[in-house]
Amino acid sequence: MIPELGHFALIVALLLALTQAILPLYGAQRGNLTLMSVARPAAQGQFVFVAIAFGCLAYSFLTNDFSVENVARNSFSQLPEIYRFTATWGSHEGSMLLWALILGFWTTAVSVFSRHLPDDMVARVIGIMGLISSGFLAFLLTTSNPFLRLLPAAADGRDMNPLLQDPGMVIHPPMLYMGYVGFSVAFAFAIAALLSGRLDAAWARWSRPWTTVAWAFLTFGIGLGSWWAYNELGWGGWWFWDPTENASFMPWLAGTALIHSLAVTEKRGAFKAWTVLLALTAFSLSLLGTFLVRSGVLSSVHAFATDPARGAFILGFLVVVIGGSLALFAWRAPKMLTGGRFTWFSREALLLSNNVVLLAALGTVLLGTLYPLLLDALGMGKISVGAPYFNAVFVPVIAPALFLMGIGPLARWKEASLPDMVARLKWALAISVATGLLLPLTLKGFNPWATLGFTLSVWIALTVLIGFRERLKHGGRLNSLPRGFWGMQLAHLGMAWGVAGITLVANYQQEHDVRMNVGDHTQLAGYTFTFQGTTERPGPNYRAARGTVEVSQNGKKLFVLHPEKRIYNASGMPMTEAAINYNFFRDIYVALGEPLDDQATTWVVRIFHKPFINWLWIGALFMAIGGFLAASDRRYRIAVKALVPGNTAVQGA
Amino acid sequence: MKSRHKKLMVIVLALAGIGIAAALILNAFQSNLVFFFSPTQVANGEAPTNRAFRIGGLVEAGSLKRDAGGLTSHFVVTDTAKSMNVVYTGILPDLFKEGKGVVAEGRLGADGLFTATQVLAKHDENYMPPEAAHALEQAQKAQKSVVR
Repeated sequence: MIPELGHFALIVALLLALTQAILPLYGAQRGNLTLMSVARPAAQGQFVFVAIAFGCLAYSFLTNDFSVENVARNSFSQLPEIYRFTATWGSHEGSMLLWALILGFWTTAVSVFSRHLPDDMVARVIGIMGLISSGFLAFLLTTSNPFLRLLPAAADGRDMNPLLQDPGMVIHPPMLYMGYVGFSVAFAFAIAALLSGRLDAAWARWSRPWTTVAWAFLTFGIGLGSWWAYNELGWGGWWFWDPTENASFMPWLAGTALIHSLAVTEKRGAFKAWTVLLALTAFSLSLLGTFLVRSGVLSSVHAFATDPARGAFILGFLVVVIGGSLALFAWRAPKMLTGGRFTWFSREALLLSNNVVLLAALGTVLLGTLYPLLLDALGMGKISVGAPYFNAVFVPVIAPALFLMGIGPLARWKEASLPDMVARLKWALAISVATGLLLPLTLKGFNPWATLGFTLSVWIALTVLIGFRERLKHGGRLNSLPRGFWGMQLAHLGMAWGVAGITLVANYQQEHDVRMNVGDHTQLAGYTFTFQGTTERPGPNYRAARGTVEVSQNGKKLFVLHPEKRIYNASGMPMTEAAINYNFFRDIYVALGEPLDDQATTWVVRIFHKPFINWLWIGALFMAIGGFLAASDRRYRIAVKALVPGNTAVQGA
Repeated sequence: MKSRHKKLMVIVLALAGIGIAAALILNAFQSNLVFFFSPTQVANGEAPTNRAFRIGGLVEAGSLKRDAGGLTSHFVVTDTAKSMNVVYTGILPDLFKEGKGVVAEGRLGADGLFTATQVLAKHDENYMPPEAAHALEQAQKAQKSVVR
């Protein structure tokens, strides 16, 4: 009964989404206030019904209703309750439903926090989001219904993929989707501006806080994903340049370019066309990312052949969204007025260069991710583009953006003076270059990559400090600085912190794979590791061989680590569960490889010493917090209120 | 006049920068592409001996042997038509099993021994690494055409 109710709620939601799309868009074009006023209630109703559908699916998972095919395939009666809940979005169908739910949430948020925007703008924005909702709901209902029954019901489920049974995976997908889907708001604002022809700075000001919040969620989600990979995959890596990771990283790069370009459009009225194009790009890449990860195209291009309806629908949807928005852009962009003038050395120009660099970096990732797929789809052979390509290309391409990050916030709008900048920044530059050159010498000898990383990290951190000092020089107080400024500074500091962590861990980590019998010792990075054998330990839905590794330093016992090798009951899948000792300055990571004898007393043991790896996630966290802080700046609220008189005038008309 | 020159200079510099970047990227791309060959293709001498590539197929049952006291293992990868010997030093992935699909990246020695630097077995019991599945498919097709 409950799954049928969910199915029915989904159908109602689709009808409401179509209403939410068609009536307000038509009304806005006609200037019909009654039709426009349908937008808000329709959007909120649509969200309620998608939420009901989602609740029904979650209920089926929580109550182990194995007569629902999706539950039978992705859950298991012995699965702990929290993972039974997260299994709701563990499958293709469930994750698409989560997408629709989060889109409904964003739309509702727009409908609530847009009281002071002109009615036709709100109608268009909500209408565009309704079109996207309709697409996703139609996709769910026609090709990926999560409520399909299984007759006869399965006796038990096939279990959720053990890799996803991790605390990091509980919140990673919702956070990532909050980011992906959040860019739909920026997209909808851009399309609405193109439709109305009102491409002024006001549009940028309205869409800016939404975009920043979406970007902050995406940053947080990607950070969590990386942390999950590090904890759960058992290989000690934190970024693999895997297509699934690139799929989320590409919208992030476009989104980063977008929030910077929006700043220029809002403050100076420049780059309007460019900003609109970036908003379209960021959301298109979000869709592409969803498509790449969720269509099965990555595991095999020919997965399409097994389920052509799904692939064809998504491709068609991508073509309509990307093609349609670009066509609209081509038609409307020439009407946009150029904004304020600026010289080649000004904050505008620096932000533009930063945008170009970010997009070049995006291009390298896109090339490396899509080229193998394209070649395979065309039957021109199988190739893979691995981490060496991305490391060799991405790092040098992105480095100039990190350097510009130091100058941009300190440069004046319109026209900055180069001698003045040199005078203000010469010490920061000297200190960062000196640190970059000298620090590697004290560690392990000269290393150009370490020099580059340290220089850029110290450079960004110092320029952030200079930014604070210059703001405070004119009698300001720290707590009187606007939140937008604090947000930017925190995010930039987070980047400096993250770059320092990446540089340290990438250049100075130590790894040791060793064969160990009970009682064997091994040394790494000044620590002594003693293997004390394994014991059997049953888990809720798995059996584990639990190893005991004692770690000591200079003869003093420090702590004991318990890495596990698990075999999951339902799937029979083996899993490596690493044991990690965390610390602000380093992680010690121990994972069990495989038993080498029948009695399982000798194991291959993998040991890592990872200096400063946690700085990476601290950096990502700072960036996300910076984003949220900047979006909460008073300016956006005041600015919106100031428009109220104009708004009522429109209503009166 | 002066500002026009400046503008021109900026444009020229930007174009030069983009050109250099594109050249570097494409060069790195070219030299880091990893091609895939099935054991049959390797047996036919299609695989290069001077650069790394990937092979895929099934781990032949009963072929896995470990060196005593070390981390080096030997196994045979087959596409059911042809097979090849592989040596790898390190931890094999969780899902590495005899009779299951595997993908290995490495170099081919003059003696026909493939020295793997990386062994991949994807994380799902039912799921075959796409390259491994592709190799088996190709071998089956080839066998069918021979029968005809």
